[in-house]
Amino acid sequence: MNLGYTMKVVRIDKKNWVGDIENLSRSYRLFGPVKDDNFHRFEELDKDKLPDLDYFNTRLSPKSIVYPQSETMFEYCLDERKKDHHVMKEASKDYSQRAVIGIRPCDAAAFLLVKRNFDTPECKDPYWVKAYEATTFVGLACNNPHSACFCTTAGCGPFHEDGLDILLIDAGNHYFAKIITSKGENLLKAAGWDTKVDAGKEIESMKQNAETGITSFIATNKLKDKITADLFDAPFWEDMAFACINCGTCTYACPTCWCFDIQDEVHGCSGTRMRNWDSCMYPLFTLHGSGYNPRNTGMQRVRQRFMHKLKYYVDKYDNGIQCVGCGRCVSLCPVNIDIRKICNTMNSYEK
Amino acid sequence: MIEYINKIKEISERLLKEGIVDIIIGFRKGTMPMMNEPCFAKSPEDIKNLVWDSNCGINLANYLTNYSADRKEKIGIIAKGCDSRNIVNHIIENKIKRDQLFIIGVPCKGMVDRRKIVSIFEREIKEVTEEKNKIIVKSDGFEKILKKAEVLQENCAICIHRNPVVYDELVADLVEEQKDVDRYEDVRRIEAMPVEKKYKLFDDLLSACIRCYACRNACPLCYCPTCFVDESRPQWVGKSINPVDIRTFHFLRAFHCAGRCTDCGACESACPMDIKVRTFTKKLEKDCFELYGWEAGMSLDERPPLDTYKFDYPD
Amino acid sequence: MQNPYLPYPVRIDEIVTETEDKNLKTFKLVFLNPADEEKFYYKAGQFAELSVAGKGEIPIGIASSPTEKGYIMFTVNKVGLVTTHLHSMKEGDVIGIRGPLGNSYPWDILQGKNIVIIGGGFAFTTLRSSIVYMLDPVMRPKFKDIHVIYGARSPEMLLYRDELAGWENSSDINMHITVDATDDPDWKYNTGFVPTITEQKALPGNAETYAIICGPPIMIKFTQPVLDKLDYAHDHIIMSLEMRMKCGIGMCGRCNIGKEFVCKDGPVFTLAQLDKMPKEF
Repeated sequence: MNLGYTMKVVRIDKKNWVGDIENLSRSYRLFGPVKDDNFHRFEELDKDKLPDLDYFNTRLSPKSIVYPQSETMFEYCLDERKKDHHVMKEASKDYSQRAVIGIRPCDAAAFLLVKRNFDTPECKDPYWVKAYEATTFVGLACNNPHSACFCTTAGCGPFHEDGLDILLIDAGNHYFAKIITSKGENLLKAAGWDTKVDAGKEIESMKQNAETGITSFIATNKLKDKITADLFDAPFWEDMAFACINCGTCTYACPTCWCFDIQDEVHGCSGTRMRNWDSCMYPLFTLHGSGYNPRNTGMQRVRQRFMHKLKYYVDKYDNGIQCVGCGRCVSLCPVNIDIRKICNTMNSYEK
Repeated sequence: MIEYINKIKEISERLLKEGIVDIIIGFRKGTMPMMNEPCFAKSPEDIKNLVWDSNCGINLANYLTNYSADRKEKIGIIAKGCDSRNIVNHIIENKIKRDQLFIIGVPCKGMVDRRKIVSIFEREIKEVTEEKNKIIVKSDGFEKILKKAEVLQENCAICIHRNPVVYDELVADLVEEQKDVDRYEDVRRIEAMPVEKKYKLFDDLLSACIRCYACRNACPLCYCPTCFVDESRPQWVGKSINPVDIRTFHFLRAFHCAGRCTDCGACESACPMDIKVRTFTKKLEKDCFELYGWEAGMSLDERPPLDTYKFDYPD
Repeated sequence: MQNPYLPYPVRIDEIVTETEDKNLKTFKLVFLNPADEEKFYYKAGQFAELSVAGKGEIPIGIASSPTEKGYIMFTVNKVGLVTTHLHSMKEGDVIGIRGPLGNSYPWDILQGKNIVIIGGGFAFTTLRSSIVYMLDPVMRPKFKDIHVIYGARSPEMLLYRDELAGWENSSDINMHITVDATDDPDWKYNTGFVPTITEQKALPGNAETYAIICGPPIMIKFTQPVLDKLDYAHDHIIMSLEMRMKCGIGMCGRCNIGKEFVCKDGPVFTLAQLDKMPKEF
């Protein structure tokens, strides 16, 4: 819930940071970026472990904090002598309150795009929704965006606040914390941050400075008015998709890709029903039992991925593209398939 | 090596114009520093976009298997040493016919390891160019020159077959092959480890794996219509991120490549998680060399050791 | 929060082998908890996920009609991991059922209209549900003429043979059974492919007449031109699609055609809707 009044800003002295995090860890499960060889990744922070906020972004998105790559849905017993054999039982889960410290604004905004899929008026995915609702998102504004970041033209930005409960801004010896929601207010209290300041102007100028640091852009303005079949049948897909090796890198790294598979696993007489991330890049994703596959070729699967993000999603929700411009797929793709190039091609395509 | 490109373009244009091939498979400039994108060229316009430099590590032979299955056209393919050996593999394994191909051979001087270069610098790299044996790295208000030999992909640094083994035309004179290379120093080190230590090493190596299958999909050898890891009847491997399943995938994949792997490094360069997947394939490559004197993809006339039998083979 | 992935436990009450090749079996399922039957309120044309512990789930059209109480019925073709295992199960075994899922045939619109049902092969299941539903004494007055054209490869491959015979003799419904070919001298119904019989027997298209088609792609491909010839408007041709599905509730992402999810926005679409969607089915 967004706070109705003018946003509050507090100053957090970095020399108190260790103690503040310790305070938080008493009432929250904490997650944050940690360094791992050359890259950062999000993980649950053990006691005494601090989030490493001196980072650009994590290699994989933090979506797994709410939506793990593999997750148990149900457990069951296959021993016919036991009561309730073959009946699915809910797996026990920890949905106690958790906080992500230092998530980038693009990644937090991505949860809102995914929410449209998992949290609908007719039906809610209980695993995603419960984990999401249990999480307080403490963002870290990007003072120095990278050259592959294109968030400002992907409906987002380096100081973007939608999807965050608190936005931290690194101002040298201290952070400014902008309190965005009541969830954020609660975390503020738990941390003991109470030095209110009037830093509106300073933050605004840092924000403008960061936005000018974004040098990569996409054009999306015409996507909505394009005819789906025209884009679908466009001749450029063969060329665009040629290099793609149909691995799952882009989909697994992406903060807004949500597709999953449901699989049973059995060990002896006990079984679990799991859900695992899946990828539209894989041929088995759509293979029918009969052997027929509506997306049999690599080109068809590449087209599906980009049509979904840049056209179907746009049409379905009328709320922009399914991309926040984090640039991960661009920098991790083994063969340099670039969503920026494809988006611009789609946007400017005339039949 | 950047000097090759004019010759590549000249040959490609001639092949298309004279109707010798219908399509050329090569690289065009990528959108990220040190990245090129595999592409095809069918017209003089496409030819203009072709590039060749030290960022062409992806193995183009991989694009023959998925490409030629339903097409009968003649294909021109740009092939460095390892690509050409994988083309030989494809021909031996009846994936494609020699006469469907026009191989434009590139004597290779090694590809650079972009991750090694990235890890040297604190700052984001904005632009990388090259001159002869130098790699020039630029960022905002900053430039540094690296010796190419020091930032080669690991497989390139120990490569002893830089020249293509089959080709129809060369883009330049053959290069001198590297001599006195110890190809298996790292494998011997692991072989010497006690079992527990080995196990730990493999566990650590694979702990980052996200099962994206980039290693498999970048590999020209992995052309099975349904990989064992995806098979559901019977299901050999679980689908979650259970470490046992992840290990099973990597070990079995390596075994499937035994006697076929050319150590082209595509698997490792494709891995988004920087896993040294060659650790597994190299062990088997070494075994094939030591047991059978076999190096994959060197000749069109000899069957690989794992699909033939000779009386003098060891047990 | 309701967990939409949690199946209701059901007991297999009866198994009937439908066809000579034994690849189609009908399973009559009874809810272990009677209260679950109330929650499983469905319409003809919907489907459900059958859940086999240890094997997985499989989306199958509901073959029973909402007017049939006390059980639900599915006819399952043996093709994959889950269905093969289902075929090896016995009466009394416990499985799960999740649903009902998908939209249904548009019964609000269909009331007061002539209905021409065209079906082929084992896709006849939700059509059986629809026929039984419409023939229910309470429902029947709400529809005008009902025609059914149903074909299979041979007489032995027809589903629900006893019921078909009953419908043949009923004045409430015009049944046109056909087989591709047969050497049975006593065969008293039609011989010929479904599109041909459709051309001969179906009512001409008009505002008061709807066609519902469900069958293998080849049948649909050749029936469509026949319906065009008979002047059916595309918004009067109703089809049920098949896609690989997992979640059945529009979340797992695999069964889309364009922006529509076959599991949630479908599986029933009018041809007019399909005309506007990418040709990816």
